[in-house]
Amino acid sequence: MPKLFLRTLILTTVLVFALGTTAQAATLKLAMDADPVSLDPQVQLSGGMLQYSHMVFDPLVRWTPEGDFEPRLAVKWERVNDTTTRFFLRKGVKFHSGNPFTADDVAFTLARLKKSDDFKGLFEYFTEAKAVDTHTVDLITKEPYGLVMAMATYIFPMDKAFYSGTDPENNKPKDLILKTDYSFANFNESGTGPFKVTQREQGVKTTFTRFADYWDKNTGNVSEIIFTPIAEAPTRVAALLSGDVDFIMPVPPADLARVEKTEGLKLVTMSGSRIITFQLNQKRRPEFANPKVRQAMAYAYNNEGVVKKIMKGFATAAAQNSPKGYQGHNPAIQPRYDVNKAKALMQDAGYPNGFECTMIAPNNRYVNDEKLAQAFVSMMSKIGIKISLKTMPKAQYWDQFDAQVADIQMIGWHSDTEDSANFFEYLYMCPDKKTGRGQYNSGNYCNPKVDELTLNSNTETDVAQRSAMLQQIEKILYDDAAYIPLHWQNLSWASKDNMNTADIVNVMNFPYFGDLVIK
Amino acid sequence: MFAFAVKRIVQAVVVMLIISFIGFAIKHNFGDPVRELVGERVTPEERAQIRERLGLNDPFIIQYGRFLAAALQGDLGRSFFFKRPVTEVILSKAPATLELVFCAAIIVIVLSVPMGVYAAIHPRRLLSQIIMGSSIVGVSIPVFLTAIMLIYVFSVELGWLPSFGRGDTVTVFGFWDSGLLTRDGLLHLIMPSIALSSIMLPLFIRLIRSEMLEVLESEYVKFAWAKGLRPRRVWYVHAFKNTLLPVITVGGVQLGIMVAFTILTETVFQWQGMGSMFIESVSRADTALMVSYIVVVGAIFVVVNTLVDLIYGLVNPTVRVAGRQ
Repeated sequence: MPKLFLRTLILTTVLVFALGTTAQAATLKLAMDADPVSLDPQVQLSGGMLQYSHMVFDPLVRWTPEGDFEPRLAVKWERVNDTTTRFFLRKGVKFHSGNPFTADDVAFTLARLKKSDDFKGLFEYFTEAKAVDTHTVDLITKEPYGLVMAMATYIFPMDKAFYSGTDPENNKPKDLILKTDYSFANFNESGTGPFKVTQREQGVKTTFTRFADYWDKNTGNVSEIIFTPIAEAPTRVAALLSGDVDFIMPVPPADLARVEKTEGLKLVTMSGSRIITFQLNQKRRPEFANPKVRQAMAYAYNNEGVVKKIMKGFATAAAQNSPKGYQGHNPAIQPRYDVNKAKALMQDAGYPNGFECTMIAPNNRYVNDEKLAQAFVSMMSKIGIKISLKTMPKAQYWDQFDAQVADIQMIGWHSDTEDSANFFEYLYMCPDKKTGRGQYNSGNYCNPKVDELTLNSNTETDVAQRSAMLQQIEKILYDDAAYIPLHWQNLSWASKDNMNTADIVNVMNFPYFGDLVIK
Repeated sequence: MFAFAVKRIVQAVVVMLIISFIGFAIKHNFGDPVRELVGERVTPEERAQIRERLGLNDPFIIQYGRFLAAALQGDLGRSFFFKRPVTEVILSKAPATLELVFCAAIIVIVLSVPMGVYAAIHPRRLLSQIIMGSSIVGVSIPVFLTAIMLIYVFSVELGWLPSFGRGDTVTVFGFWDSGLLTRDGLLHLIMPSIALSSIMLPLFIRLIRSEMLEVLESEYVKFAWAKGLRPRRVWYVHAFKNTLLPVITVGGVQLGIMVAFTILTETVFQWQGMGSMFIESVSRADTALMVSYIVVVGAIFVVVNTLVDLIYGLVNPTVRVAGRQ
């Protein structure tokens, strides 16, 4: 009898243990529209690469949904003086290679960021990261800088020892950043993140395996991610509906309702931060230099109507650039649709019969970009502005955009710094080839007040003061009707309903898959 | 025979040169590859430097000359996106496409021959009417629509078949990733092959039927009937054999076209072959890969047509005589 009892006990224990572990470890089959172009987190500044960075690397700090900073590899931070911020690093963190994580790695990472074509612009205010001791590092800026913490979300420490030395494969340094060719970093990784890349066939499949020595034990339970890029939106949705994958992003607007209604699936959407605008070129068209004409066009454009009819509610109507939650978001500014007022303004401006002009837009860059441009053309015709529109694929669009070949040009902008000043620097400041400011200001809008406020906001470290400045800029741009903002594109994710999807996604669209829990 | 082969090879080389020249000439119209490589923040000056480094600023003729010189040594350039030689990329994607075309071709052959022959022998029967009627419907539905309908019926609604990708593959001969050897791989092959064959199948049914009808009207078949041969012998030995001649020629050309049609099928099924690779390389302006795909598919066309001519020559001696002149 005791023998039988013992055997039952052992069996039960084994069984419970086995069940327990299988319930713990879970595989996630993930499909996105594209896969990361490289394993080197610094080779390209793009949404896809940052999504990858959050899986395989860890930032010093990361954004919380409320817009605060959450400690990751940095546990706390303090300002030492106007240009120095001190970060205290987490102890006992290991890289995938097994090397310990120290302040030297942070210094190495920032130095490499400053060498990257894509990232050096973002980090131009930084001089260096200086190791104070093994787990303390100072980030030093050229002048007082209001966005040190925001930039710390882009510092994903790389393994200095792993990326040092010469790669026998091509006899070049291992830390070389190469966009189009083989480099050690393009094909090998060692980060501190929750997942290691264990198998990769570019464009076909990437397997991420949970890093056993990951420092954060109090997190998700996904042991493996099998990631497949599925470029065709209907196929991506079908793969989710048929159960071939567990999680997809993005969900095409046409299928939102279907996914939402399907039993066993979960749809998460939120208002995004990419603003879509039409720029009116004042150099090409004297009419656009007249603020009344621009205001008339702003009044003639029905933001809410387009969001409802064309975007199927999958966007948030905008009258400014900064979405809610940004320091520059000015709650007083609302869309102003009023055709009669628009007509009156055209009359005032001296164009009662309107005029003719040209316009270009991409047709595969933003959600419904071509339809949006067509709707704009038909709305402007109501106040007599006859627009001839040409649309083209994005691969051809940007050269045309830079050459300013048309009077009206479409552009969407997501702020890399998650901060309002970025919109103004790139889209609204007076174009200046030397400083690179106003690089995407293809309408040549130029207002010294906007320039001055934007530059001042960069060195202002008091949050309240800074918000006031940025909100003032939004007001000026609105009153001037500098350009026509349309809406912020919404973001969407869909998954099976046995996971905490809503907790890991955010407005930057960098899902924290390390935190995903599958029940 | 040897002279014929040499002549075809010279022709093939000329065709390949023309194809590569056209491919190279139009690549600039697909946009600037540097745009796809860098983020939005990179300044125009830095982009210009990258262009210079990649040799994209050189005149067209110099770029083309460089391409040809390298191509003669078997190097078709490097893919910007894959960061590897394009020959490597295309070789790794070719098995997927070739297996898909192979399976679709088998479906076409296995179904079109009996259906076409049946419809020719019994033109008035109901089944023949149904075959011919549905082949008209089949030929007029675009491939991507067939593909999406298949996915929605068999994956989403019924859940019988996987919706995308190649499933489990096995590497054979050290480089060929085959989906033909695993159950999962075969399940993944079913819908894409059906979708790909959906255009060719009706075409071949109609072709075989009309050829067969023609042959059945010919003198020697009438003579065979007059001799009192059994119907089976007349149909399958005398008539069908001669029906096959034109079918082989058309089949060769169509096989090449089928390789080109994989672009649509592969895109819808996220089938990682050369077709979807080509579409992606166009959208990324990955020019080296684009041009190489055009050259490789051109080469497949040329090779298949040459083989067809050779086979045809074996079956029909008049062709061989013509080739010798």
